[in-house]
Amino acid sequence: MTDFINAFKTALGLIVTLNPGLVEILFLSLKVSLSAVAIASVLGFAIGGTLAVYRFPGRGAVVAVLGALMGLPPVVAGLLVYLLLSNAGPLGVLQLLYTPTAMIIAQVVLVTPIIAALSCQACEDLLEEYDEQLRSLGASPRAIVLTLLWDGRYRLTSAVLAGFGRAIAEVGAVMIVGGNIDHVTRTMTTAIALETSKGNIALALALGIVLLATAVAVNAALMSVRRLALRLAYA
Amino acid sequence: MLDPTHPLNGLGTAFGSARAPLPVELRALNYEASGKLVIDNANLKIETRGITAIMGPNGAGKSVLLRLMHGLIAPTGGEILWGGRQMDRELSRRQAMVFQKPVLLRRSVAANIRHALGLRGVGRKERAIRVDDALKLAALERHASTPARVLSGGEQQRLCLARALSLEPELLFLDEPTASLDPASTLAIEKLLIDAQRRSIKIIVVTHDVGQARRLAQDVIFMHHGRIIEHGYADSFFDTPRSEGARAYLAGGLVL
Repeated sequence: MTDFINAFKTALGLIVTLNPGLVEILFLSLKVSLSAVAIASVLGFAIGGTLAVYRFPGRGAVVAVLGALMGLPPVVAGLLVYLLLSNAGPLGVLQLLYTPTAMIIAQVVLVTPIIAALSCQACEDLLEEYDEQLRSLGASPRAIVLTLLWDGRYRLTSAVLAGFGRAIAEVGAVMIVGGNIDHVTRTMTTAIALETSKGNIALALALGIVLLATAVAVNAALMSVRRLALRLAYA
Repeated sequence: MLDPTHPLNGLGTAFGSARAPLPVELRALNYEASGKLVIDNANLKIETRGITAIMGPNGAGKSVLLRLMHGLIAPTGGEILWGGRQMDRELSRRQAMVFQKPVLLRRSVAANIRHALGLRGVGRKERAIRVDDALKLAALERHASTPARVLSGGEQQRLCLARALSLEPELLFLDEPTASLDPASTLAIEKLLIDAQRRSIKIIVVTHDVGQARRLAQDVIFMHHGRIIEHGYADSFFDTPRSEGARAYLAGGLVL
């Protein structure tokens, strides 16, 4: 038990003194996950809005696949991107494997279905109410998509939040395509996995605490933005 | 406060409107939904410049008829002509519709009007002028930046009507616009309609309110079971309804 207490003390020490190694890992994690979520949001909003408004053959199948992909295991997403980016793969010439860019791509693959499916739901709900009115006003399908995305903005923040939670916490995808290289592709989750297996519990614990705090802080920030906006717009 | 010489002030001058082409004509119109004939061989010619009321019991097909005329749904048979022209997308952009339940975007009062004008391709400068006019028309100037959905029911419907009028439609449809409003709010809507009609906007309104039809309508269409039973001048319709259904409806509003 004293081992744990000591590890906990050391962990807090690392955090309080802003240990450079810890900070480097934290920033890389944030950079990768925030970039991935930003890209996945643009893609996801476009896909979700389009699926909610346009009617085409196979639409139901696409929505179903999207729903299933929400539960895509990170290691599988990592494996797919690994195959694409490896030297023998179609995008091998880009030499992206084991770089932060590869990790961003893997997380985009992981997170886009989540944001797309949740945005599609939000837009569909709004469309039920708006459809006749918007068509009466002469809105084109594209204009309807844009209207729904803007009016669903508070629910879309929840979608982004869900995506971020997934990205920052996953270890499988970044491990496979990033390789957990010190100072290059080491994120909080891959570092925790490594340090724990090395028996370096203090650093792992410190990283765990920071990871948890990051997730809580980002959630709290987005939630309060959402609540404020909700009150302002009564949506 | 109001400068009478300013062309934008005063309710009577807000929003110019071209004189609506007439008649509105239905020829052997059918609409079938899930095997049921909702509109059954409707033939109709609306030629009056005044307000036309569509009356009839629930399920008579009044709302469906309105949606067909506005082009929101396509007929399964027959045709709709407006000013001799087959209804199409271009024509339906010269119309507007107010729904029974106000549909307002999750935005401010002014933004709701601005958005509608944007969809109709009204330029930025013109848009600002028309937003101000519409707010004035609906007596909602004070609420321009209020979220539209916190307005009271009456204010919401006034906003919907002002938004529709800001599009400068030639033909305006209303589907029971005052069904859930109190007398004061109903009166405000009726005033706006009478004013709009004076500016030669053709108005077709579905209503259950016999008093309202008497106050507003020049002619009345009575529907029952998807059929148009009667179409005549309001005075003669209310005084001497020709059909059994209309007599019963007017007597107690109970038609089975």
